[in-house]
Amino acid sequence: MDAQITSAITVDRLVKRYKTVAAVDGISFRLAPGSITGLLGGNGAGKTTTIAMIMGLVTPTSGTATVLGALMPKERYRVLHRMNFESPYVALPMRLTVRQNLSVFAQLYAVADIDERIADLAADLDLAEFLDRPTGKLSAGQKTRVALAKALLNRPEVLLLDEPTASLDPDTADWVRGRLDRYRHAQGATVLLASHNMTEVERLCERVIIMKQGRIEDDDTPGRLLDRYGRETLEDVFLDVARGRGGHREVAR
Amino acid sequence: MKGSDTGLDFSFNRVRAMVRRYWYLLRSSWPRVLDLIYWPTVQMLMWGFLQLYVSQNGGPFVRTAGVFIGAVLLWDILFRGQLGFSISFLEEMYAHNLANLMMSPLRPVEFIAALMIMSVVRLLIGMIPVTLLAILFFGFNLWSLGFALAAFFLNLILTSWAIGIFVAGLLLRNGLGAESMAWTIMFLFLPLTCVYYPVTVLPGFLQVVAWALPPTYVFEGMRALLIDHVFRADLMLEAFAFNVVLFAAASFAFLKLLQSARAQGSLLQTGE
Repeated sequence: MDAQITSAITVDRLVKRYKTVAAVDGISFRLAPGSITGLLGGNGAGKTTTIAMIMGLVTPTSGTATVLGALMPKERYRVLHRMNFESPYVALPMRLTVRQNLSVFAQLYAVADIDERIADLAADLDLAEFLDRPTGKLSAGQKTRVALAKALLNRPEVLLLDEPTASLDPDTADWVRGRLDRYRHAQGATVLLASHNMTEVERLCERVIIMKQGRIEDDDTPGRLLDRYGRETLEDVFLDVARGRGGHREVAR
Repeated sequence: MKGSDTGLDFSFNRVRAMVRRYWYLLRSSWPRVLDLIYWPTVQMLMWGFLQLYVSQNGGPFVRTAGVFIGAVLLWDILFRGQLGFSISFLEEMYAHNLANLMMSPLRPVEFIAALMIMSVVRLLIGMIPVTLLAILFFGFNLWSLGFALAAFFLNLILTSWAIGIFVAGLLLRNGLGAESMAWTIMFLFLPLTCVYYPVTVLPGFLQVVAWALPPTYVFEGMRALLIDHVFRADLMLEAFAFNVVLFAAASFAFLKLLQSARAQGSLLQTGE
């Protein structure tokens, strides 16, 4: 990582407006290198749009999103090979086998030893038994593991995850969370995770940003959020924020 | 693994990765391969038998009828070239894979290069058997045109790529709502580029339009070759000059539509 970079992701007064609707409305935050942050919010809160602007897939109306020192989307080609993402809204080609898909993306990301990397990921994410099966014939859980393998192919320094465990059974979801946590600790990667799943955020994240109607409603560690709202779970905190109750914004950064 | 912020650098490795991706897809599905051969064969047989019928019944059109098979084969290069480009692009939208690609280090120019290569691969898979069948059924050997065929092919494939690039931009900007353009846009060229008749048949104002389209020069050149046995290099050069302009305009339109797709957030939602 570049020596002068003090934050892996910097979002500064970011706005995305579609005609008259503000999907993201002037949000700012910085993510320290190696941190894992949860982006919480209900449907339409602006989580996916925020992540899309950080990835460079959507141009901001105003404000900036900077990743590893590169302004997105203008300077995206400086850093795209150091990032990756996973989202349930995108998929890998179904007719290609898992191995074919992973090897195509490995070549796109200029991964050095493709066969070895795929073998390592297959062992780590339990893909070996279906590596040569068409991706479309896999179960939802297996597809998620393959998508995660694709997201980790290039050992990204910045990993963006949009609902990484959506539609998974609790056991598989827990297994995926364990692998994500392990990867982050091993690689020192910065992870931004958009989720509806409070258990997931509580387990993985050291910081939580709660969004509502395109704005940041609160931003703190899970422990401090629980204390401030006087709640026992993040789900209750989330409901308080969603319904406009409680002592939020007192310590919001 | 280095990156630049311009997006103008080019990696053959990334192009190869994309070609491999489309090759795997083609290889995994025999109906896709059959589809490449089926319709060109039907077209060639239909026009071939019509040519046979006209030539057997004499009349002033006998000499002109000799170009029907040539015309249909060259038309297929134009039409199938564009379709091959556009279908490969559509496969990414059907697979919901576009955001994966747009988020990867793949540059638009590399993506387009891979689509151009695949359009030629798909074209060859379809056209080689059909040209051989044309020899077998009607004694028409397209390959005997030699250098002229190379000039015809180059100009037609350049036009097909230019249209393919423009359609890809429309698809990025408007999603699958623009899918029908991919299948039908080239049919606008069928009457205007005078595939089966000389430009002089058109009314004056349409002749002006026809001469602004590169394939018109190719089809006129083909008729000059097959009927008068003259290779019109001047027509091929004019076609090439128009193709350069068309290709540049299509590439510019693609980049603008891509920019607009980023502004509208269409790259994440590539459905209807």
